[in-house]
Amino acid sequence: MISIRNLSFSRGARKIFDDISLDIMPNKITAIMGPSGTGKTTLLKLIGGQLTPDSGSIHVDEQNIHQLSRPHLYLLRQKMGMLFQSGALLSDMSVFDNIAFPIREHTQLPENIIRTVVLMKLNAVGLRGAADLMPSELSGGMARRVALARALALDPEMIMYDEPFTGQDPISLGVLVSLIQKLNQTLHLTSIIVSHDVQETAAIADYIYVLSEGKIAGQGTPEQLAQTDSEWVQQFMQGKADGPVPFHYPANAFSADLFHS
Amino acid sequence: MNLLQSLGHVSLVSFAKLGRASLFFFALLRSFGYLVTRPHLIIKQLYAIGVLSFWLIIISGLFVGMVLGLQGVYTLSTFGAEASLGIMVAASLVRELGPVVSALLFAGRAGSALTAEIGLMKATEQLAGMEMMAIDPLKYILAPRFIAGFISLPLLALLFSSAGILGGHLAGVELLGVDTGSYWSQMQASIDFYDDIVNGIIKSIVFAILITWIALFEGYDAIPTSEGISRATTRTVVNSAFIILFFDFLLTAIMFGSH
Repeated sequence: MISIRNLSFSRGARKIFDDISLDIMPNKITAIMGPSGTGKTTLLKLIGGQLTPDSGSIHVDEQNIHQLSRPHLYLLRQKMGMLFQSGALLSDMSVFDNIAFPIREHTQLPENIIRTVVLMKLNAVGLRGAADLMPSELSGGMARRVALARALALDPEMIMYDEPFTGQDPISLGVLVSLIQKLNQTLHLTSIIVSHDVQETAAIADYIYVLSEGKIAGQGTPEQLAQTDSEWVQQFMQGKADGPVPFHYPANAFSADLFHS
Repeated sequence: MNLLQSLGHVSLVSFAKLGRASLFFFALLRSFGYLVTRPHLIIKQLYAIGVLSFWLIIISGLFVGMVLGLQGVYTLSTFGAEASLGIMVAASLVRELGPVVSALLFAGRAGSALTAEIGLMKATEQLAGMEMMAIDPLKYILAPRFIAGFISLPLLALLFSSAGILGGHLAGVELLGVDTGSYWSQMQASIDFYDDIVNGIIKSIVFAILITWIALFEGYDAIPTSEGISRATTRTVVNSAFIILFFDFLLTAIMFGSH
């Protein structure tokens, strides 16, 4: 579905991706994991064509995303859904109108059919009763579910989740985890989850890539990763405080700092 | 050397920004076709940008006119020329104060609001979200606001001048006893439709394009943090003020320089 080859991308002097290659399999849940600041969200923006790589290529559906003309890119984006971390709901529209928005823009469907479609999408995320609320009246978990319903509005073939589990209470978290898995199975979606929540992600992912410092530090199914011999991946997957990634930010010797004022 | 370097840096950054702003402007112009089938988007913005600025413009216009009336009578009476108050009030309003003061007020009221709104939409990923839904925010969000600004300000400037003329009447005629007949008839005889009123409208059209362009671009180009948005909003008001006054001089020199 998506193949990334020799991708490099930098922000200013900082290299975010250094010659990475990875594949996203169709109809599977692929997780991209790594510590904060490794450019996981940047990767999604590169796949969505919002950013352009310095070198390398990204093919979605056999099409090189960054060589498409704007109209073709927009056509391809209709097949992609993206769930932003913040939800990115349009704050001046009700929940109903937020989900109806992409349908109204991209199709000529009559209003009664749009209504049916929107209510179906809302029902799938369990928020049919919240159709008339404004985004400001939603809790964080609800906003993310509404955003999920909106990402599904145009029946995309793939969906990208940007940190779907961050900042969720345990109940919303459970709801989201099972929703993502259920949607992937029933709608035959290709899902990409960007996250640093190891437990939740490993529970539903078919394949995991672990990124670190611009490189792929490890990859495999959750079972394979659990038995990896890479110390770094072990530390990340088990959340140990110390290891190849030291607890202390590089500094002088403690005693030298204390007695040298 | 350091001075040279930072001078070079500042000019590079400014030129890059000017370049981005120009590309942004042409992209806006290209988006107008999209709005032909969606006039409701423009109407909504006309309300937010134009109608909501109505009372600010009317009341400010009234007071500016009243001050002109008072000052005019004091000055003109030294020459025994109070009867010409109408010309003085109307000419200064229609040619200068109407377009310029309403543009400054518009930049403070509507321009800052536009920058903050667009900047916040950027910070909350609403613009990026729209792009990922394959809807161009330039067409859906920015272009209608640009057109609404372009339509609103010239109308507001006319309202400002009208309110000012009434204010001048209030202060000069009702309060200080200038003859109402000469106030209106001298005004009618000396204010030229093309030279005064049309030139005033042209000015406010130019100001409308500049202010709305600056406001939208600053929001769109803002660093998406609370500090970035606050700076962008400030820049909108400050840069608009400078550019309004500079272009006012330029346009006045072109329009009235040959007289």
